[in-house]
Amino acid sequence: MQTLYLLVPIAPLLGAIIAGLFGRQIGTVWSHRATISLVFISFIASLIIFVDVLGGNVFNGTVYTWLVTGDTHFEIGFLIDQLTATMMVVVSLVSLMVHVYTIGYMHGDPGYQRFFSYISLFTFSMMMLVMSNNFLQLFFGWEAVGLVSYLLIGFWYTRPTAIYANLKAFLVNRVGDFGFLLGIALVLSYCGTLDYADVFEQAPEIAKQTIEIIPGSSWLVITVICILLFIGAMGKSAQFPLHVWLPDSMEGPTPISALIHAATMVTAGIFMVARMSPLFELSDVALSVILLTGGITTLFMALVAIVQTDIKRVVAYSTLSQLGYMTVALGASAYSAAIFHLMTHAFFKAVLFLGAGSVIIAMHHEQNMEKMGGLKKYMPITYWTMFIASLASAGVPGFSGFFSKDTIIEAVGFATIPYAEFAYYCVVATVFVTALYTFRLFFMTFHGEARMDEHTKSHLHESPWVVTLPLIVLAIPAVGAGWFIGPIVFGDYFNNVIYVLPEHAAIEKLGAEFTGIGGMMAHALTTVPFWLSVAGIFTAWFLYTIKTNWPGKIKSAFGPVYTVLDKKYYIDELYSWLFAGGARALGSVFWKFGDMKLIDGSIVNGSAKLVAWTATLVRRFQTGYIYHYAFTMIVGIFAILTFWLH
Amino acid sequence: MSVGFPLLSLIIWLPILFGIAVFSTGGDHNAQPARWIALIGSILGFLVAIPLYTEFDPTTSVMQFTENRVWFERFNVNYHLGVDGISMPLILLNCFTTPLVVIAGWQVIQQRVSQYLGAFLMMSGIVNGVFASLDAVLFYVFWEASLIPMFLIIGIWGGPNRVYAAIKFFLYTLLGSLLMLIAFIYLYRSSGGSFSIADYHQLSIPFTAQILIFIAFLLAFAVKVPMWPVHTWLPDAHVEAPTGGSVVLAAIMLKLGGYGFLRFSLPIVPDASHYLAEMMIVLSLIAVVYIGLVALMQADMKKLIAYSSVAHMGFVTLGFFLFNAYGVEGAMVQMISHGFISGAMFLCVGVLYDRLHSRQIADYGGVVNKMPFFAAFFMLFAMANAGLPGTSGFVGEFMVIMGSVQVNFWYAFLAATTLIFGAAYTLWMYKRVIFGAVASPAVEGLQDISNREFILLAVLALAVLWLGIYPFPLTDVMHVSVDNLLEHVSNSKL
Repeated sequence: MQTLYLLVPIAPLLGAIIAGLFGRQIGTVWSHRATISLVFISFIASLIIFVDVLGGNVFNGTVYTWLVTGDTHFEIGFLIDQLTATMMVVVSLVSLMVHVYTIGYMHGDPGYQRFFSYISLFTFSMMMLVMSNNFLQLFFGWEAVGLVSYLLIGFWYTRPTAIYANLKAFLVNRVGDFGFLLGIALVLSYCGTLDYADVFEQAPEIAKQTIEIIPGSSWLVITVICILLFIGAMGKSAQFPLHVWLPDSMEGPTPISALIHAATMVTAGIFMVARMSPLFELSDVALSVILLTGGITTLFMALVAIVQTDIKRVVAYSTLSQLGYMTVALGASAYSAAIFHLMTHAFFKAVLFLGAGSVIIAMHHEQNMEKMGGLKKYMPITYWTMFIASLASAGVPGFSGFFSKDTIIEAVGFATIPYAEFAYYCVVATVFVTALYTFRLFFMTFHGEARMDEHTKSHLHESPWVVTLPLIVLAIPAVGAGWFIGPIVFGDYFNNVIYVLPEHAAIEKLGAEFTGIGGMMAHALTTVPFWLSVAGIFTAWFLYTIKTNWPGKIKSAFGPVYTVLDKKYYIDELYSWLFAGGARALGSVFWKFGDMKLIDGSIVNGSAKLVAWTATLVRRFQTGYIYHYAFTMIVGIFAILTFWLH
Repeated sequence: MSVGFPLLSLIIWLPILFGIAVFSTGGDHNAQPARWIALIGSILGFLVAIPLYTEFDPTTSVMQFTENRVWFERFNVNYHLGVDGISMPLILLNCFTTPLVVIAGWQVIQQRVSQYLGAFLMMSGIVNGVFASLDAVLFYVFWEASLIPMFLIIGIWGGPNRVYAAIKFFLYTLLGSLLMLIAFIYLYRSSGGSFSIADYHQLSIPFTAQILIFIAFLLAFAVKVPMWPVHTWLPDAHVEAPTGGSVVLAAIMLKLGGYGFLRFSLPIVPDASHYLAEMMIVLSLIAVVYIGLVALMQADMKKLIAYSSVAHMGFVTLGFFLFNAYGVEGAMVQMISHGFISGAMFLCVGVLYDRLHSRQIADYGGVVNKMPFFAAFFMLFAMANAGLPGTSGFVGEFMVIMGSVQVNFWYAFLAATTLIFGAAYTLWMYKRVIFGAVASPAVEGLQDISNREFILLAVLALAVLWLGIYPFPLTDVMHVSVDNLLEHVSNSKL
């Protein structure tokens, strides 16, 4: 079994090396054959491991010692348990489908092999991240997926917007990583180890200690650690105020938007917090921060999605909002619900993205929904899979998104820590918004009149099977994954992985009421979220198929509100002025004034000038005339005599 | 372990003798033989250094491979050599870098070839001498001697403003080291007539004297590192130096300063070191934050990398004065890693400069379209420079940050800003130079890297990845020596 553990990350790494270093020699076909079969091996291995873990076989062990310093061993190792195994299956399945999809989407691109190399490298990095048994390797995987994300957002490197977006994504993520690394440093300094199991064991001890970060105000160490770690999660999982990079990341090719910026990488933060539940549980303050952040992200990012016209950006803002749901779940101590939503979201969002990509191919790389419409009859497979994913996204009972989202909403309702109420209203209100933007996209794209030009219209056709097959394969769990909520969330599946304090046991209370998925659906019909969802879908249908001139009227009636949403609350403008501008201004001052004027100008060249000036003065005495020397000598003798005889 | 064979002498003198041989080939009509002799000499120089690692005993902090002969009997000056886990990796780094520098100058340098290559070989031997000396006078001689080849390399083969840069470099560093000589003379007298560095480590010194000695050493070493605010010679020297000069300057010369702190300041005057540690840490953190922001604003690639060197070396001095194993070992790893990365970064700029004769970022853009292999290497080194895990750049910074948080949270906080600034200045430069559409007809005409350049960058890429993925072999050899040093520093010597 241990060989199999190694195989899961190593196989895609090998694929990345083959396609990356020898892609030119082996050509496009063998590049995708090699990478896809290696990812397929990784997927099969993940499945076998998953079944093995279900049988109760968990593993925690070292692969090799990275470094020894002082008395601390830093190791590379694997922790294979229910949480890891779930993530491994999700990651390898979505990755495999995206690999296949890429054959169609990137067909004829000059960077074909490079693209396969990157996505395989991503799969390797993500596997290392989820399989880690310690903070160090977690950070390795964390930064490595960030690197691949950077490379892929800037994949079309001649586009100014793409290379702006990838730099922005990397730097914003680095702000998160900055907090994350400090959190890790504090963990090491208080526990003396970075191994999960050892750290969790010591967590109750640390929870009693305090630290004075700012002199005079003492904080619980565990709160500081958790908030710092969560800052890392805010970067990677794009939570307000570090969310700004994700919408821009849509500059990358669509397959990676699905794989990295929706299904897997961005959920790393959620995964991490769930993994750290034995730490986060001990700090109510940190959980409140998480609730607040998640609540803001859920609602306010969903609102932005309503006004976007770029099909990928709608899905991107939807991702932000859905990540907000997961974050809220974490804050409410409903870790298993967060992971469950992570899983269902991975499937339905991958379908939405890949479906959007399929539309974009058909539209000859036009992404503006205002130029689409009526695509239903041309692209039936894309249409129906997108329809399923949209229902899942809107949380219609029976589809996967319903089960996970409803559980989160209910769990937040049970939470009692500060900001739980705020978060609750956010997530409930967002149900309506979600249904609205999801079906706005759906109706604008597939229904109504066709608004594209004649040339595009005459070439409209369904995408090739390499594109539609992944859609179909992923649409199945987009419906059915939710049906396993009983055992996964309310059962004992995560019992040994996720730790919840008795006073935070929202999921346990919900579980007591849980009577099966049928009962859950029946119950939902009597709750507010269900009707909000229906209202959202109806509104979208009404505005975008019946009264298609109303959206324009609403837009002009609510001009300022629309502008604020369209400008995404002016956060990008604020950041580029404050941080990018501020850093440059400060750098200029330090350089031009500090280095050039003060240090070089006054001190270095100043002392040189002083020497030169003294030398000029002294040189006046070296005239070469004997009477000058004689005169100087006499003055000198007088001076000495005066001094001596005084 | 002390072997009868004078290995360290061989490591020092073999490159110097080869350097003389290269010199003796004379004018440029003999350029080709000069190149080959230099290459053979530098590779032999690296090969003979390998037993230093393979035969090294990592379980002891005692000096190994020692040699001791009388030099000036009257003043008790000895030709005393030896290495421990602190100096040995630095010697290897130096011997590793020399062949790369020779290859880097292979076609680029067409004038006074024998003198150029000879200077580098002699430099290599001299620097080995600095790291291996256990006698203060011997150390001082090597230390000062190392200035001469670098002065000439910048002054003769440098850019238009080379004379200003060379003299600035020379005066800055000479001024610092003169005070070190005075400190040695004081130590000689108070130790009852010994120049042995090991004797100085045992000496008890009154507090005021310790402070004065610390400051004397500080000026010598801080200039070399260079620490803020005595760093301004470095950007000028780098900008004017030829590529090979920049590589040696960044990869090797700066490490002399760092080594000095470990061999002299900390163990000889531990009380002063503790007393002034906060000042040293603050200066180091200024280097990280202030210089990081200054680097952001550079329009000249070499200046940018030079400033980035100062910021990265800030981690070295920060690590030293934390007085814990994470800090000191992290600083050591950072020195080795910085040797690889800064060397590689300067070589990358050299590759571009050789083609377009410009170092200005604004003159480039879209290089990846014409030089994809080069862009891939440059990406790796840029990421290493930004401290990406999996590259050597991460290891040292990580360890030092882990060490700082144990001393003071805010030290770690400020040090960790390098995650943001380092990525900002490196990747922003990369974006403007490499990405985008082809920016000019000159870029349109660029040729991708030659086999020679490929080998250089590939060797460094492997080194950067190896140290990032598996740093254990490096820290393993320095472990015991660092522990010993830390124990030594924790004992008062008043």
